Amino acid sequence: MTIAFTINGKAAFSDAPSDTPLLWVIREGLKLTGTKFGCGAGLCGACMVHIDGKRAYSCQTQLSNVSGKAVTTIEGLSPDSNHPVQKAWVAERVPQCGYCQSGQIMSAADLLKHNPKPTRDEIVEHMSTNICRCGTYQRIVRAVERAAKEG
Amino acid sequence: MNTHVTLSRREVMVGVAGLTFAFAARQPVGAAVIAADTSGQALTPWVSIASDGTITILSAATEMGQGSMTSLPLIIAEELDADWDKVRIVPAPPFEKIYGNPGFGGMMYTAGSNAVTSNYKNLRLFGAQARRVLLSNAAKTLGVAESELTTEPSLVVHAKSGRKLSYGEIAAKAEVPAEAPAVLPEDLKKPAQFRLIGKDVMRAELPRKVNGSAQYSIDVQLPGMLYGAVVRAPVEGAKPERFDEAKVLAVKGMVKTVPLPWGVGVIAETPWAAFAARNEIERTATWSKDGNAWGFDSEKGLEAFAKTALDPDAKATDWFKLGDVRAELPKAASTFAAEYLCDYAYHAQMEPLNGVASVSPAGDTAEIWCGTQSQTMAVEATAKALGIERDKVKLHDTLIGGGFGRRGPRDMDFLVDAVMLSKAVGKPVKSMWTREDDVRNGRLRPLSAHHLTAGFDAAGKLTAWQHRLVGDRVTPFIDPVRYNAAGKKDFILMLGADAKGYDVPHQLVEQVYQDTGVRTAPLRGIGFTANKFATESFIDEIAHRQGFDPIKYRLALLANTPRARAVIERVAQMAEWGRKRDGAALGAAYIDYSGTQIGTVVEISLNRETGKIKLRNVWCAIDCGVAVQPDNVVAQTESSIVYGIGLALTERISIKDGAVEQSNFYDYVVPRNSDVPPMHVDVIQTDNHPTGVGQMATPTITPAVGNALMAMTGRRLRHAPFTEERVKKALS
Repeated sequence: MTIAFTINGKAAFSDAPSDTPLLWVIREGLKLTGTKFGCGAGLCGACMVHIDGKRAYSCQTQLSNVSGKAVTTIEGLSPDSNHPVQKAWVAERVPQCGYCQSGQIMSAADLLKHNPKPTRDEIVEHMSTNICRCGTYQRIVRAVERAAKEG
Repeated sequence: MNTHVTLSRREVMVGVAGLTFAFAARQPVGAAVIAADTSGQALTPWVSIASDGTITILSAATEMGQGSMTSLPLIIAEELDADWDKVRIVPAPPFEKIYGNPGFGGMMYTAGSNAVTSNYKNLRLFGAQARRVLLSNAAKTLGVAESELTTEPSLVVHAKSGRKLSYGEIAAKAEVPAEAPAVLPEDLKKPAQFRLIGKDVMRAELPRKVNGSAQYSIDVQLPGMLYGAVVRAPVEGAKPERFDEAKVLAVKGMVKTVPLPWGVGVIAETPWAAFAARNEIERTATWSKDGNAWGFDSEKGLEAFAKTALDPDAKATDWFKLGDVRAELPKAASTFAAEYLCDYAYHAQMEPLNGVASVSPAGDTAEIWCGTQSQTMAVEATAKALGIERDKVKLHDTLIGGGFGRRGPRDMDFLVDAVMLSKAVGKPVKSMWTREDDVRNGRLRPLSAHHLTAGFDAAGKLTAWQHRLVGDRVTPFIDPVRYNAAGKKDFILMLGADAKGYDVPHQLVEQVYQDTGVRTAPLRGIGFTANKFATESFIDEIAHRQGFDPIKYRLALLANTPRARAVIERVAQMAEWGRKRDGAALGAAYIDYSGTQIGTVVEISLNRETGKIKLRNVWCAIDCGVAVQPDNVVAQTESSIVYGIGLALTERISIKDGAVEQSNFYDYVVPRNSDVPPMHVDVIQTDNHPTGVGQMATPTITPAVGNALMAMTGRRLRHAPFTEERVKKALS
């Protein structure tokens, strides 16, 4: 059965089994590899995307669950890395190995969309869904604060 | 002076009109030579200057977030006086004779935080030589003496006449000198003249890491590519016996199963089919009893290690010796002994291990895509697996989603999976490990027991220091080649076990070799993480017993080591050491890690009900000599602090019947944003030769936290990590 949804504003279709994790459809079906595989269990946040404007673990979302929905990945967050969160990420030099950072940025963008002026504690709490093994956490918090300020 | 390496003309990676410099980096300092070629076609270069002024510099180090891909080219650019905005960085191909790391015998291997340390002198000399070639060409063009010329970024300037030539203009018609210009270390820039070293530039690959375009090996897509997975034996050395193949082949999209010496592989049309087939195999597979680790239990094993550490008859070899501990310790007026234990730990790099390979149907050539800490090992392991010459292997090296020591084993386990699967099917294969595979096939920071004895003279002065270390071997397992080259010294296990820097006239460090059969590897901070937990806790215990403040006691023992004193004094000042605080306590640690001096103070609070330790602040002062990229030094130090927090508090692997018990981030708990306190890092800039920064703070955290807990509760934790259960037990 073909499942239709939109990804980064464009129509997308997949014939994968309906219980296939969205993550693999995005990465290997649609070849949008900015969304990462980290744990496959909704524990690390490397696979974070937006579904109908809210963050979601794509490794825990079955393909059938996005039928007719709008999926946004890191590639669709902005046309040229100019989303305030992406700009702040560069300004604070957040990424190290960088592997988790798509997920971190998608989480941060989700936070600021729903809570444009978060407190430090709210930032830390919200961002604790995402593991960064390089330990860039302090810069992540600074970058979210910067993005909130500079919009 | 024709000592440059010869390469065949087809091995050109960068071909631009202009001037190309190659350089034999392995020559001893002072004997660096260049070979230049105006065609830009003849050599695999270090530097090419195109007529439009673009300067291409190759980077010989793997980029895994530590910044070497930027720092090494920047060192060349500094002495070349290149305009950094015109520099383009290209990863170097696997030609050891040109790009080999002098710190690892010329192998291409990025590890030990030594990329800048090992390359700093040679790359500066080379950059300066390239600049001199530009100067001599400009002198001819302008008809002036070379001594009248100076440079500004990418410009040669004749101040007398006001004339200027850009590097691109010079390169367009440059002639190559028959002999490389001689440059001596004293001809190099003085630190005050640096335009790039010590000033922060944007890391070359960083902007690609905020928009999803950075490519890791797991992202590689090839036409006709299939997907692979491998179920490995739970114990190293065991072989697959039986599994229910019918169930596996029933998975839609399955292509074939592939028996391997170390497990069972599957190849499928999609990743979901490959993982479904993998799970089917795992459910029914049985394994031979080959391999040493069957029956091994890490809790009991550690008890046995601890007993062995106390057994004077256990066979030990000397790792480090200063003075004569065996003669002095029996003469000591008093002695003090303590024992420390350390668990296995897992890397948990965020990109699960994987590899992509395209082996020709005949099996005689291969292309590989791999995030590896060693280009040399990746190519050699592939060639060995296929039984072909290494020049039949083409490596496409990618960014790495975390290394921490896991991506540089001699056998390249994760890459060879892809190679064998691709060979079996004659098509390109991306082979991926699940997180569960990554944990269960983890190659771990070893299990260890440490027995330390201190001897004091009648005045209470510390005169003798003995550290008997019973630990699971690492180097012989992970890299037999380097183990043998090092005279069968297990340096990955043993580094940091001494009391380096401290003024103790008699020191002895002994290794009691254990081989449990468990898979091991260097893990960020290598031997230092366990060994400095032992030694820096022990120093703290001695200070308490002697009635000294632990900072003052360290400073007294470091009277002859001014750089060490400077970092400790600075960090004590930053933390306001000595200021009492409610519900919190401080602990300190100092280490000399490969020349880098680092002092750390942590502030902790404690929930006595649950046993949970919370870090409230971490202060760190680091002197790594010349800080090539100061903000990156700070970033790496923050990063290694966070890694150290995990090792101190929660990260442990347990082994039952030879197999890893944990499987994912719910039972192997790494620090999250909410676990990380404010970190305050001060980089003390000195003119010393630059030393490493990639992992130096990691080993300071466990002892500093243990020392803080002692200060707070009077109880000493001697088994790391300090899990809640262990803390509760210590308090009861």
